[in-house]
Amino acid sequence: MATATVAQAADWPGRYHHVDQVLEQPGPRTDEAWMPGAPAKSFRENIKILVIGAGGLGCEILANLALMGFKDIHVIDMDTIDVSNLNRQFLFRPSDVGRPKAIAAAEFIMKRVPGVTVTPYHGKIQDKGTDYYMQFTLVICGLDSVEARRWINATLVDMVDEENQDSLKPLIDGGTEGFRGQARVILPTITSCYECSLDMLNKQTAFPICTIANTPRLPEHCIEWASVLEWPRVRGDEKMDTDNPDHITWLYNLAAARAKDFKIEGVTWALTQGVVKNIIPAIASTNAIIAASCCNEAFKIVTSCAPYLDNYFMMIGTDGVYSYTFQHEKRPECPVCGGELLDISVPRSWTVERFIESLIERQDIQVKKPSLMSGAKQIYFQAPPQLEAATRPNLEKLLSDLVADGSEMTVTATTLPFNLNVRITYI
Amino acid sequence: MIKIWSMKKNEEQAAKKKPKTSAAQIRVQKDLTELELSSTMKTNFPDPADLLNFQFIITPDEGMYTGASFTFSFAISTNYPHEPPKVKCVPKIYHPNIDLEGNVCLNILREDWKPVLNLNSIMVGLQYLFLEPNPSDPLNKEAAEDMIKNRATFIDNVKHSLRGGQVKGVQFDRVVN
Ligand SMILES: [Zn+2]
Repeated sequence: MATATVAQAADWPGRYHHVDQVLEQPGPRTDEAWMPGAPAKSFRENIKILVIGAGGLGCEILANLALMGFKDIHVIDMDTIDVSNLNRQFLFRPSDVGRPKAIAAAEFIMKRVPGVTVTPYHGKIQDKGTDYYMQFTLVICGLDSVEARRWINATLVDMVDEENQDSLKPLIDGGTEGFRGQARVILPTITSCYECSLDMLNKQTAFPICTIANTPRLPEHCIEWASVLEWPRVRGDEKMDTDNPDHITWLYNLAAARAKDFKIEGVTWALTQGVVKNIIPAIASTNAIIAASCCNEAFKIVTSCAPYLDNYFMMIGTDGVYSYTFQHEKRPECPVCGGELLDISVPRSWTVERFIESLIERQDIQVKKPSLMSGAKQIYFQAPPQLEAATRPNLEKLLSDLVADGSEMTVTATTLPFNLNVRITYI
Repeated sequence: MIKIWSMKKNEEQAAKKKPKTSAAQIRVQKDLTELELSSTMKTNFPDPADLLNFQFIITPDEGMYTGASFTFSFAISTNYPHEPPKVKCVPKIYHPNIDLEGNVCLNILREDWKPVLNLNSIMVGLQYLFLEPNPSDPLNKEAAEDMIKNRATFIDNVKHSLRGGQVKGVQFDRVVN
């Protein structure tokens, strides 16, 4: 393998002396079956790792992985470099402003750490399919977007195939917000997933809309008035682009005028951008700590030299340094990893109505009034009335005409605390 | 590499599996199919295949807004239920908690939204706004002031506005038949 040859050529004696300390002898909590030495060090040659995000966390993660000895690293990021990133995203220089983060980060690491290949992709994680994600041993996420995390989490859970061991990709997720941060290890379908813990997220602060409209007291109220109420009123359906300086200036001017009317101080251009982009000040040291924790877990997972995190580590640095590690539990009603999959054999001659009756008759699921959907296709909805009427004609159709053999349907019902998936096989 | 798969085999819920639909989509299916709409509430899906964008119509049968129909647009993002749906009142109406652009002052649509709430909670909340407008949390300040100053005049203004009349120079949409 070409990469391996290059990598070996670049390894000089003692290059990984410090890392090797934990790979040449077991530690107190190392599994008895563990083999020290060459087998533990083989991760340098045969592990392909994906880093999602090349921002504050991503820069730290990439540097850590490269210096630990990972040689085949891929990185995805859709953003370009902004001048305000330079204080903490240390892989970037002023001359990089405007360039894609993934590409600049990859170039920097490869120039600085001999023998490492970093393959960048400048774009969205959603551009890539299962085939792409299947090539990695594990995935580390350093993202600031809930939506992107939900997507990759659902994708990795979805990829798990009982017949194929390699389909299970550990996901290490890091996140920071000011002085707070967390790192967690998600083993898709085995441990609690990102979606399971969605209600633990800190809520974005939203101000009551009537306060914004009538009784502003804070500079943020004036900015939200401009962005939430005035933008759609004046600019109609035009989409606000929070990365467009002209849009921010427009909002800033309005907010500043309103602040003046209400004798409120503190509306600035930077605050305007911060509020509309919902920016929480990024703290370089929090990123460094969380990235280190994520990479430490990746290292333990690929080398087995020590037990890995089970499964949630959080750190609060607002008053001193407080950290807490616990096992976050799976939620049985989690729409991504929870619920049940039932395999059901259905005679080809059954109508949808007959199939629904058979679901209601089943003792093991105790379902009344089930609604059915297959992918994005509605099979039968019990409510609301319009959708019930629209799907009612399906009741008389053959299930086998609507749902392909071997495919899944999502069943929801008031009596079901979780969602149920049924996989249909025709007999 | 740790032997994850051996853990997987031990996992008693090995048969549990994942949907092919997005989490938001499944949650919306669950919310919609469990709606308990009273006779004064109705949903309308311009495209029944698109569950994320629809209209919700309230026809109050008591209070000062009786007899009119109010259409709200619901736009649900793929981040639901982490984010609340975006709800707007479609016709221009005279109401202390709804402004002329259709923004609605309902706490659970913004600051008090929680993922455990659902579409039903929002619909019940919207209906309540017509039974008992709240002038102390105004979005249409003039309407709120009218309501506080003189309830009888306010009710007259409401009746007039619902028929498509003007109140203080502002033209409202006709929402009665
Ligand atoms: Zn889950």
